[in-house]
Amino acid sequence: MSVDSDPSNHQSGRLALRAVEVCRHYPMGETLIRAVDGVSLEVRAGEFVALLGSSGSGKSSLLNLIAGLDRPTSGAVIVEDRDLAQLSRQELAKYRLRTVGMVFQSFNLVSRMTLEENVELPMRFAEVERSQRDGRARQALERVGLGGRATHRPSQLSGGEQQRAALARALINQPKILLADEPTGNLDSRTGTEIMDFIREFNQSLAMTIVMVTHERALAERYAERMIFLADGKLIGDQPNPAAVNTSVREQRR
Amino acid sequence: MKTYDLTELALRNLRESSLRNSLTTIGISVGVASLVAMLSLGIGLQKLASRRLASSGLFDTVVVTSRRDLRGFSRDDERNTASAAESRRLDESARQEIERLPEALEAYPDIRFVTEFRYQDKPHLTMVSGIPASARSNDAFSGIQGSFFSSEDAPEVILQKSFAAELLDQAIQPGQEDAIPVAQLAKPLLGQELTMRYAERLPPPSTEGATVPAGQTAALKENENPSEAAYSVISREQKLKIVGVSDLDPDSMRGAARARVFLPLKLAEHLHVMQPSDLRDSMRSFNKQPSYSTISVRVKSPKQIEAVEQAIKKLGFNTFSILDATRSLRQFFAVLDLFLGIFGSLALAVASIGIVNTLVMAILERRREIGIMKAIGASDGDVKKLFFAEAGAMGVLGGVVGVALGWAIGHVINLGTNVYLKRQALPPENFWSVPWWLVGAAIIFAFVVSLVSGLYPAARAARLDPVQALRYE
Repeated sequence: MSVDSDPSNHQSGRLALRAVEVCRHYPMGETLIRAVDGVSLEVRAGEFVALLGSSGSGKSSLLNLIAGLDRPTSGAVIVEDRDLAQLSRQELAKYRLRTVGMVFQSFNLVSRMTLEENVELPMRFAEVERSQRDGRARQALERVGLGGRATHRPSQLSGGEQQRAALARALINQPKILLADEPTGNLDSRTGTEIMDFIREFNQSLAMTIVMVTHERALAERYAERMIFLADGKLIGDQPNPAAVNTSVREQRR
Repeated sequence: MKTYDLTELALRNLRESSLRNSLTTIGISVGVASLVAMLSLGIGLQKLASRRLASSGLFDTVVVTSRRDLRGFSRDDERNTASAAESRRLDESARQEIERLPEALEAYPDIRFVTEFRYQDKPHLTMVSGIPASARSNDAFSGIQGSFFSSEDAPEVILQKSFAAELLDQAIQPGQEDAIPVAQLAKPLLGQELTMRYAERLPPPSTEGATVPAGQTAALKENENPSEAAYSVISREQKLKIVGVSDLDPDSMRGAARARVFLPLKLAEHLHVMQPSDLRDSMRSFNKQPSYSTISVRVKSPKQIEAVEQAIKKLGFNTFSILDATRSLRQFFAVLDLFLGIFGSLALAVASIGIVNTLVMAILERRREIGIMKAIGASDGDVKKLFFAEAGAMGVLGGVVGVALGWAIGHVINLGTNVYLKRQALPPENFWSVPWWLVGAAIIFAFVVSLVSGLYPAARAARLDPVQALRYE
């Protein structure tokens, strides 16, 4: 019933992204920080992957490289047959706009805008017709259960609501990959579960590839079908997590 | 991002930190206002001077004199002339020849003489001038009460205001010309009869007498000596109907300068009144055709004055026009405008630093927001354009408010000056002019200055590293 039941989608499916010996070094004073140090990994389309590690392990740096927010010092990040390191700033912006959606630990909504305007913002950059934007923004907010809050500002909402709005914004341009950087880090466990349920629903109903950074192993074990462990910028473990896979969102809600 | 979205977003952002942005906008407004005020003053003064000169009727007029009169305005002309006696006479055939020049509208003799008028049996001595029908459209007679002459040789007369006052025994003090409205003077005089007494110059008795215009009455022969002088002088009277009273300044530079009574030109010609130049003629042999002391030539456009002057000089006459005088005047005003504009722009330059400051502050404040926008797909260009749009919007807004402010400042200055002028017993004047092109140019200028001011902040915002921007709270 879900995409997970089709094994070809995972084991032999096409790749969503591939990192090849990717490094991100930057100087800090006298020393060279090796935030990401020679990581190679492949993520298949539709996969739900968790990047695990303690703080400073390089998981967020790796996510920024995948998100096209940062460029690797060496190595390659290949998404849809294109090496992000080779893209121009303009092309990279377009990649962030269309191919990936991103949610952050601190929600990162524009505080001066209403939820609707926040969700609309990526559509403005994508030059979506005005007439379509309102409807799509409302629809996206309804999908995350914020239909009645469209004209509220982020400061008027709880953390969970803000993160739901951020999810709606991340999905508005229908990206293929959702990148989540500690999406539940600022939330209590109940609202955190709520957010994770939404993310899993997107993974299953939209066949969206998910790469989530977290330091909570329990969360990863519950939702991610594959766990990748990082320490000191290096990949130290990569294991499937079949336990999470078979629990569908709908069953949980019931 | 689409232009409309960009503008909307920019205006939205401006509204958010409204105090700082409105202060910056006021800064631009003051800059634009000072620019507009300075330039309007320059333009207004120039217009005032031009208006004064234009109403003098000399901008399109060339004055022609005969070289034999030795009254040329240019010494060179006199020196280059072989001999005064050999030069051409400025007579009717010369007038017609000048009038046939392609650029000339008309050429008419300058007829003026001093004579006596009787009104209600009191004598009044003054200067009379014949004016052509074309003067009707000249703004020199724009302030006329009553009407212009009904025809070119109607026995009608227009009075200058001060002469009208004299007829009514209301003396006008110098400097108090505006104390009595023209309408008040014209009311009792319009339609009244005025008798002009003058000396007619007649050809020698052997020739036929001049036609006697209508309304001419007594003829008293006097001082007739056909053997010695070549003409006779007869004292005559002419009844004239007062049709208009003009507020024309008798000291203005018009062709009919210093005259206080105006007759239709044809009538004045037909009267054959003794002219001052006739005395000089009487020293020489007399010609049957009368000659004129000066002829005024009206030219189609001021641009053709020089060509007409050259053509008339070739015919053998001296010419004078105000062209050279106005050229230096225009140059003066161009320099004045430039300096006023520079001072005005200085204020705008200070305001532009305010824009840079505001936008740089906005970048610091909105660092995170810029980071977010980039993370969700805004390109460098989008961010740059957004800051540009904000700068431009402040510029346009500041420009519009500034133009209004400048207009108001100018109005106040003008009002103040007029209060001062009134105290000095001088007529009010409009020193102030805000032409439409200045309104448009000031707003566009403010817009461009703001965009230039936004260059650096916009580039800085666009360069911002999203990872850095998002790292800090």
